[in-house]
Amino acid sequence: MPPHPDVSSNPPAAPSHFLRRYVFSTDHKTIGVQYYGLGLLAVLIGILCSAFLRLHLAWPQLPLPLIGHISPTGAPGGVITPEYYLSLMTLHATLMVFFVLTTVPQSGFGNLLLPGQTGASQMALPRLNMLSVWLTFASFCVLMSTYFISDGPPISGWTAYPPLSAIGSVAGPGEGLGQTLWLISIAIFCVGSILGAANVIATVLRRDPEIRWMSLPLTAWAWFISAILIVLSFLVLLAADGLLLSDRLAGTSFFVPAGVVVSDELLAHQGGSPLLWQNLFWFFGHPEVYITILPAMGIVSRVLSVFSRKPVFAYRETVGSFVAIGALSFVVWGHHMYTTGMNPYMTMSFAMLTMVIAVPSAATTFSWLGTLWRGRIEFTLPMLFALGFVSIFVSGGLTGLFLAQPSLDLYLRGTYFVVAHLHLVMGVAVVFAIFSATAYWFPVMFGRMMNDRLGKIHFWLTFAGVYCTFVPMHFLGFAGLPRRYSALSETRFASDLVHLNTFISVAALVTTAAQLLFLVNFFWSMFRGTPAGPNPWDSGASEQSLPAPAATAAN
Amino acid sequence: MARALAITLALIVVVTCGLFVVHPWWFPDPISTAASAIDRQFAMTFAVCGVLFALAQGTMAWFVWRYQGSRRRAEIRDGRGNGRMEPAWAAMVLLLFVSLGAAGYRVWARDVSQGPAPGALRVEVWGEQFAWYFRYPGPDGHFGPTHPDQMNDGTGNYLGLDRDHDAAARDDIVAATLTVPAGQPVELVLRSKDVIHSFFVRELRIKQDATPGSISSIRFTAERTGRYEIVCSELCGLGHYKMHADLDVVTAEEFQAWLVKQAQSQ
Repeated sequence: MPPHPDVSSNPPAAPSHFLRRYVFSTDHKTIGVQYYGLGLLAVLIGILCSAFLRLHLAWPQLPLPLIGHISPTGAPGGVITPEYYLSLMTLHATLMVFFVLTTVPQSGFGNLLLPGQTGASQMALPRLNMLSVWLTFASFCVLMSTYFISDGPPISGWTAYPPLSAIGSVAGPGEGLGQTLWLISIAIFCVGSILGAANVIATVLRRDPEIRWMSLPLTAWAWFISAILIVLSFLVLLAADGLLLSDRLAGTSFFVPAGVVVSDELLAHQGGSPLLWQNLFWFFGHPEVYITILPAMGIVSRVLSVFSRKPVFAYRETVGSFVAIGALSFVVWGHHMYTTGMNPYMTMSFAMLTMVIAVPSAATTFSWLGTLWRGRIEFTLPMLFALGFVSIFVSGGLTGLFLAQPSLDLYLRGTYFVVAHLHLVMGVAVVFAIFSATAYWFPVMFGRMMNDRLGKIHFWLTFAGVYCTFVPMHFLGFAGLPRRYSALSETRFASDLVHLNTFISVAALVTTAAQLLFLVNFFWSMFRGTPAGPNPWDSGASEQSLPAPAATAAN
Repeated sequence: MARALAITLALIVVVTCGLFVVHPWWFPDPISTAASAIDRQFAMTFAVCGVLFALAQGTMAWFVWRYQGSRRRAEIRDGRGNGRMEPAWAAMVLLLFVSLGAAGYRVWARDVSQGPAPGALRVEVWGEQFAWYFRYPGPDGHFGPTHPDQMNDGTGNYLGLDRDHDAAARDDIVAATLTVPAGQPVELVLRSKDVIHSFFVRELRIKQDATPGSISSIRFTAERTGRYEIVCSELCGLGHYKMHADLDVVTAEEFQAWLVKQAQSQ
């Protein structure tokens, strides 16, 4: 492990006024906790959505009074309509990708810990930081508002492919105001993220000059590289988002070609290209995967090293891997577009580059295993989740080797195989890193420890649960079952898959229920947990000795 | 805890690999030689992934078991570990992945980058919310122009053909089922009226998007007669889940008879 800087200056006294201290705060730790809180709210709604989706897929006619109560039109009598299914799926994906996986590891833990790791007392631009978190919150509110408008919530998925997302209500329910608001929400999110990332970059560049690049912790490296990816890729998403809004509101035709006929109505658009959106979206979309996973990788490297009581194995090479992942992430986006009929030479280059980007990930896995090797492994709560991360990252990452190959992707694309792949490698893996980081830095957030026993029960149920959910899901993909289907009843070959599908739903629902343990543990420990000492993990890492932030309202 | 985790990891490897070997749910049988070649590439990828999967999980299980709370200080070596092992590992992985990719690319290129086979049957595939239509050029071998302003599902003129004015359109056949003769190369031209759809036939291992405003094509030769399902695999709206059609692979004689019958019903 590289040497860690000590915090050289004491943070200024916290403002005494409640609003300045807890709400409109410029303190990096409070902002980190605010991002975390927003992520927690988003993950609760997101996981509730997926529970409804899995319930509906397994028992389509089962009335769900709760959802019927939330949306009498979307689920009359508690039975979810096809369009409401798609809107729940869109909300689930948007919340999870943007407000959980992007926000918590990068903005949440980044803000909480980066100043401590770079020898600063605050982020470089504290007021801009406050603006970022409030923009992100505004974006969240706009997204959620789509569920309370008469036009209906958006149903285009988180990828929002035009023309479906571009031509308005004529394309069906949810394509009116709901889709417009979705685009506005994403635009605000982009601005918030870009400003937040600029702050991370500035904080790392203006760090204590005593701290050399090669003595930065891997977490700081990951937040730094991820921030660069955010600036470069969210700017492109913001531009694409603006063009799509313009197609919807100003009658332009960036993404809509001539001659589109919907429900026997010839649209006035002409000259646009639907593929332009896919290129722009995935130019953002693929770096986005690494924006979520890099901070998770940094966190896991740290936790594995602390609880193996050993320095990070091959630290320099791992930094090199992070940099390589960041650079390569911008040249592989075409592997999301193998079925669009693009130039075969482009397909070949994207396929080969995708194989190459798997190498630094494999090298990082090697570093994790190397860190464990000859260590003195302590099975603390953060360590269990970090080990779980490695296992799940490997399981989910390897299936990328199938999707990287055009010949195999032509079969698997758009099936449940992709759903299983992305949930393991991007969803569950990152969430395990978040669980690990939460337990590990709980003392920094709230000055207390999480309950170990409850946490470990939560770990075992979740670890077993996600494998039971997602390993069988690959087989739905091998059988060719397309994703984003609100019912399997219309597809003949799906009749063989009913039991498998039900099993996945049961496993997913049990896993979802197990997350209540985390919630209980989180809030109980926040107020009643064992107070943490100055160096609770005996880790020698600087940020552990920081005083807990203003957010310890309990004290 | 260490033992529990090590055993769990071992169990994950055994159960997962076991499931893949037994595979109670699996690919449908391929019906073309190209699909069989893709299946061989699948098999090779399964082997590579399976070995790496077992290796990584197994190594972790072993380390977790072996080095749990080890008090033997001698075990703990300094420094940053032996970083030199890492580039060697990376080079090995690079070679493995790129070879796998190259093998996969050969399979793919054989189908995609060749021109249309001589004597291929050309069929246009049209997607719309939420149905598929298939157009055959008729005896003249030419597709008539389509007029978006005349497309009308209500009157049954799904593709906007003007049979009164366009000579080439007069003998075009529009059907709701894709019928092809076994053993004859087929070239599908994919088009969409409204939003993006994706044409997917499991048994052919083929999937290609139908994008409005652009035309793309795919080729296949179905060897086995039978009825197969065509589904949409790109989200196209609320009825996406019920957008499907049938692919009927029939003998050459049956196909001719089918064409005659369709021509009469246009």
